Amino acid sequence: MSVFKDAGHLFRFAGLFVLAFLLFLVIRGFVVPKTFGQYGHYRGAAIGDVAAHPVKFAGHQTCEACHTDILDVKKNGKHAHVNCEACHGALAKHADDPASVTPVRPDTAVLCARCHTASAAKPKGFPQVVPADHSTGLPCQTCHNPHSPAMDAGAAAGGTK
Amino acid sequence: MNGVEGFMYPNEIALQWSVLIVLYPFITGLVAGAFILASLERVFRVEAVKPTYRLALLTALAFLLDAPLPLQLHLGHPERSPEMYFTPHSTSAMAMFGYVYLWYLMAVLVLEIWLDYRRDIVLMSQQSKGFLRLIYKVMTLGSSNISERSLAIDERVGWIVTIIGIPSAFMLHGYVGFIFGSIKANPWWSSPLMPVVFIFSAMVSGIAAVMLLYMAITKLRKQKIDVRCVDSIAMYLFYIFIIDFNLEMLDLIHRIYEADESFKSLNFLVHTQLFIPHIVIQILMGTLVPIVLLGITQVIKLPEIVRKRMYAVAGCLTMVGIFAMRWNVVIGGQLFSKSFLGFTTYKMALVTREGLLAAIALTILPFIFLWVLIKLLPPWGEEHEAAAAD
Amino acid sequence: MNISRRQMLILLPAAAVAWKSVQAGTPEDSPNYKMTDHWWGMLIDVPKCIGCGNCVRACQTENDVPDGNFRTWVERYHVTDENMTSPEVISPDGGKEGFPVAQEDAGKYFFVPKLCNHCADSPCTQVCPVGATFVTPDGVVMVDQSYCLGCAYCVQACPYGCRYIHPEKHVADKCTLCYHRITKGLTTACCETCPTGARQLVDLKNPKDPIHEFLKTHSVQVLKPQMATGAKAYYYDLDGSVR
Repeated sequence: MSVFKDAGHLFRFAGLFVLAFLLFLVIRGFVVPKTFGQYGHYRGAAIGDVAAHPVKFAGHQTCEACHTDILDVKKNGKHAHVNCEACHGALAKHADDPASVTPVRPDTAVLCARCHTASAAKPKGFPQVVPADHSTGLPCQTCHNPHSPAMDAGAAAGGTK
Repeated sequence: MNGVEGFMYPNEIALQWSVLIVLYPFITGLVAGAFILASLERVFRVEAVKPTYRLALLTALAFLLDAPLPLQLHLGHPERSPEMYFTPHSTSAMAMFGYVYLWYLMAVLVLEIWLDYRRDIVLMSQQSKGFLRLIYKVMTLGSSNISERSLAIDERVGWIVTIIGIPSAFMLHGYVGFIFGSIKANPWWSSPLMPVVFIFSAMVSGIAAVMLLYMAITKLRKQKIDVRCVDSIAMYLFYIFIIDFNLEMLDLIHRIYEADESFKSLNFLVHTQLFIPHIVIQILMGTLVPIVLLGITQVIKLPEIVRKRMYAVAGCLTMVGIFAMRWNVVIGGQLFSKSFLGFTTYKMALVTREGLLAAIALTILPFIFLWVLIKLLPPWGEEHEAAAAD
Repeated sequence: MNISRRQMLILLPAAAVAWKSVQAGTPEDSPNYKMTDHWWGMLIDVPKCIGCGNCVRACQTENDVPDGNFRTWVERYHVTDENMTSPEVISPDGGKEGFPVAQEDAGKYFFVPKLCNHCADSPCTQVCPVGATFVTPDGVVMVDQSYCLGCAYCVQACPYGCRYIHPEKHVADKCTLCYHRITKGLTTACCETCPTGARQLVDLKNPKDPIHEFLKTHSVQVLKPQMATGAKAYYYDLDGSVR
């Protein structure tokens, strides 16, 4: 056993390693999240964390459940596939409790111009005008019903909607 | 728009990896290089470099202790870094960091230093007083056996540790090269040569660093520099530098020849924003000039004092050049758009967590560590005093 | 709005039921959503995009995206005959407020919306050192923001530039394909607010999905196919000059 007598210090060094490794295993048992590895090399519960993010846009089906009269005007017009919140903004709060949140009517001067200002960059078939020449300063809804904007659709003129 | 020329994807405009990420490979490179120099004596029995053996090991340790710090300052959540130990992702080169670092620190460097110094540690634990005595006592791990047989065993085991240490040093720095080299999204980085280039430039910088430190510290201690030693180091530096230079030229020539879709953008970058850091500092001043200086000393027999001056100049230029290489890889790789249609600029902050001052502090810190280590474990025992006496 | 009280009494409960199904809990718990039944992607119909920026604004609202960072953005390309390989591309603030008016010239213009491609062989998940970013069983690439270290390796590894480090949370962030919406039967915020149908969510495992049908009958491409990322954002009529 004399070889071990002169190598005792090496065994102590190795012993430190073993101790540290065991300590590591114990700590790891406590620290690694329980759902880690459930579906892959990640914390399974993270999927739920992302899915729990609050919804801000209600989605047009929810709007249409109540606002059927608007839907009736819209569904056969040019804006049939323009969803409500594309113009009216995120309104999940309003859908959740309609009385608590009153949506603000969008400013057509800014809103309509975003899509319909003429630009060589836009697709050729897309309806676009030079706003200053086209409306001579009048708000868009003077002539166009935003929910069914084509001029010959028999839509109501006047800015009440 | 703020420093953007042409088109960058909107999320690409601000750089993600700062000067601290430039510093990290530079520091681990010094560690690996210093260790390789130490192994020249231990494994390859190059007697001439023996005076730098212990200093090289302490230098490696001082820089290794500093190495995780730039990473910690960079992380958005440094308190979560133990996750790399608990759940390392096996497909990620970066995940290796924790284990490779720990292995190299404990199973290679600390073990080798401990084995080489053990006799001195035991003696100092018996001779010193107070708190210092306690430190030495802990370092002995409770064993005061310094019989001839135990020291012979230490010698043998130390030799094996160094043998294992050489590939470990390559791993420590090579994986950093792979971290960059394996990113297919970035053509400036993506290359199978990257780990090899990193390793060889690490060796160059580490060897130059130990040479400079040896010369500087010996002068500070008012001792005589062992010229045969620095001659030998300079020779190894020269040959490894040639290999390093060839590897970098191979990468460059290959890139220019193949001229793939990234070439136009990268070429423009190297001629404009990166002209000074890449062409002037890294290639001309940092590689060609040191190689020429070292080459001259290898071919013509110059007087000692001239040689020493040339080594010092070559060494300093080398350090600057290798730092520039890291800069050009890390920062350079983020200056062009992945659309190859534009460029951005790196706005290095001054006092933030990842700013210039932090980088300077982290560069000075290892020298403070080294000073403490030298005080605690003097690399120069009676033999050097005896040598100076005759 | 002129709804009679009687209409209100009928409509409100209907709306409440619709809304409750929207608010149903986590996907694993929800009896209606099974992850392995779905494999999500998106169709971008390039000729339909008018560069209005609705999608960029909606995404920012829905997902609290910080200013200056983008989970989605729109690029405008201008390709001229003389230089088909070097298009002029702009994306002013990601296209959030639309684009400046372009003047007619000899070149062609088009808009390209971009987002995370939710790659099936995602290079970003490959490089994450701790498993903080991953692909879900239903094909959405996500970040676990309570596990992420903020090392930004994934940001470097993404060929498409769709990731960023959140300036306040200091973790990686990116498009989640509005996972919190699509698991409740809604579409993504960007698709919901796109006025022209240029962006459409697609469930590649659902044979009844109309976009699934479109993909089978039209030529589509992915961005940077040479990267072999298994990207699932399919572009219809994508010009070769797009980077």
